Amino acid sequence: MARLKTAYLALVFGFLYLPMVVLILYSFNPSKYGIRWAGFSLDWYRNLATDAGLIEAALNSLLVASLAASLACLVGTVGAIGLHRYRFRGRHWLQGLLLVTLMSPDMVMAVSLLVLFIALHIKLGFWSLLLSHTTFCLPFVTATVQSRLQGFDRYLIEAAQDLGACEWQAIRQVMLPLAMPAILAGWMLSFALSLDDVVVSFFVTGPAFDVLPLKIYSMVRMGVKPEVNALAALLFAASVVLVGGAQWILQRRPQ
Amino acid sequence: MLSATAANVFMPIQFNRRPRDAMRPAGFFKTFAIAPLAGWLLLFVLIPNALVLAASFLRRDESGFVELSLTLGNYRRLLDPVYLRVFAHSLVLACAATVLCLVLAYPFAYWLARLRSGLRPLLLTLVVVPFWTNSLVRVYAIRALLAAKGLMNNTLLVLGLIDEPIRLLYTPAAVLIGMVYVLLPFMILPLYNSIEKLDRRLVEAAADLGAGPWRRFIEVILPLTLPGIISGSLLVFMPALGLFFITDVLGGSRDLLLGNFLKDQFLDARDWPFGAAASMALIGLLGLFLAAYAFSLKRFSPGGEA
Repeated sequence: MARLKTAYLALVFGFLYLPMVVLILYSFNPSKYGIRWAGFSLDWYRNLATDAGLIEAALNSLLVASLAASLACLVGTVGAIGLHRYRFRGRHWLQGLLLVTLMSPDMVMAVSLLVLFIALHIKLGFWSLLLSHTTFCLPFVTATVQSRLQGFDRYLIEAAQDLGACEWQAIRQVMLPLAMPAILAGWMLSFALSLDDVVVSFFVTGPAFDVLPLKIYSMVRMGVKPEVNALAALLFAASVVLVGGAQWILQRRPQ
Repeated sequence: MLSATAANVFMPIQFNRRPRDAMRPAGFFKTFAIAPLAGWLLLFVLIPNALVLAASFLRRDESGFVELSLTLGNYRRLLDPVYLRVFAHSLVLACAATVLCLVLAYPFAYWLARLRSGLRPLLLTLVVVPFWTNSLVRVYAIRALLAAKGLMNNTLLVLGLIDEPIRLLYTPAAVLIGMVYVLLPFMILPLYNSIEKLDRRLVEAAADLGAGPWRRFIEVILPLTLPGIISGSLLVFMPALGLFFITDVLGGSRDLLLGNFLKDQFLDARDWPFGAAASMALIGLLGLFLAAYAFSLKRFSPGGEA
């Protein structure tokens, strides 16, 4: 039985990772077609580095991801502290709305945001993309920060207040430092989320502002190009670093 | 306690908990803390969806937007057999993907949660990474595996199971494999989370009372992990309806999914009211799922009034 368990776990991990590993191997393979291994090369990465359109899309992606992650952390952290600390009318509604936003399918969000931007006459491009990405990152940040705050001794902040701290000082000097790892992790996850989004971006960006996942989408639709392997490998590496980092931060709990 | 980033996210939101100090002095900071979040969600979640709801009752206008006259025609048109076939096809595929994911993920999540090993945090991270990896990249990765000259065919050829490469890409099976591959982590994490929280003593009590392994599973473990099953199913089923790029990469465009349909209506055909009606149908499904989820939390969570 124990052996069966291990075998099954290994099998599912294999299913999850084998395609990515193969893709990464391909990206170092100079042979253009087929799977024959023709030695190690960085040709496809070099091609990527000389593609001006691709570099622009990558920079756009990084810009939107970092801004959206920061904005989501700002609004989300402050909101999570508010939700954690205060009781107010409509609190359950707000909590429920966050859950719905978290769960709502990309497609529904994409459609509704597109309708909003058209109705408000906001030009599809950088701003619409930034606002949309911030929106789908928000519930992840609040959930991460809230669950961190829930794990802490609630008397810490009361102690601070007994010692004469005003509300703002107690939050800034006690709660915020406690929440910091979760905020940082939330930022990294939001960054990864923004970098990885295809569906929402496809709907809410215009032709003037291209981002990396959409670039990959159009490359894939044109047919298989080995450069896509290299690009996909790079994006995968970015996810590993961001998510691994966020996990590491969250798992280090102060004793 | 181990804290998985994504697993945290799927912690059941506590609807009923209300700490003793329910009211605190309201202050400037309270408004300052809540207003931005509430305002953001109002402007970018509630209002947009209200707009879509409104659009679904309007008529299409010549310029490709909406005309201000009420109609139920869009919903009636959804019942046209041509479109019903698309929806049915998409629903069947999404159901199949959900069931496959559940069957694959449950034992995996169970054994992973029960694993007594220092490796567990690392293994959990290995599940979380694909959860956050670009789904397009992952679909593309599996394409390379399924291609005519890809690894799968070569392996089968070498093993002598087939004589010539079989066609795997551009079949409905490829779309299904792609969906399961992309969405499996979304099933594993909520399941893992609810199984990890499962109180072992309840299972042991059932054993002491003479329940065999099968009965223990059906009557104790399964109901107690139902919130995880439902939220996992939701996280697989809903995206499975919408992954429009999966047919572009793995299955050509002949197999229409609801996602392809919405994309066509909004971006190509520009029939917004009709697309909005379809989108509302999708939201209705989401609502049903969420209601079931909230119900199962109330009914089966240890603190609930079961």
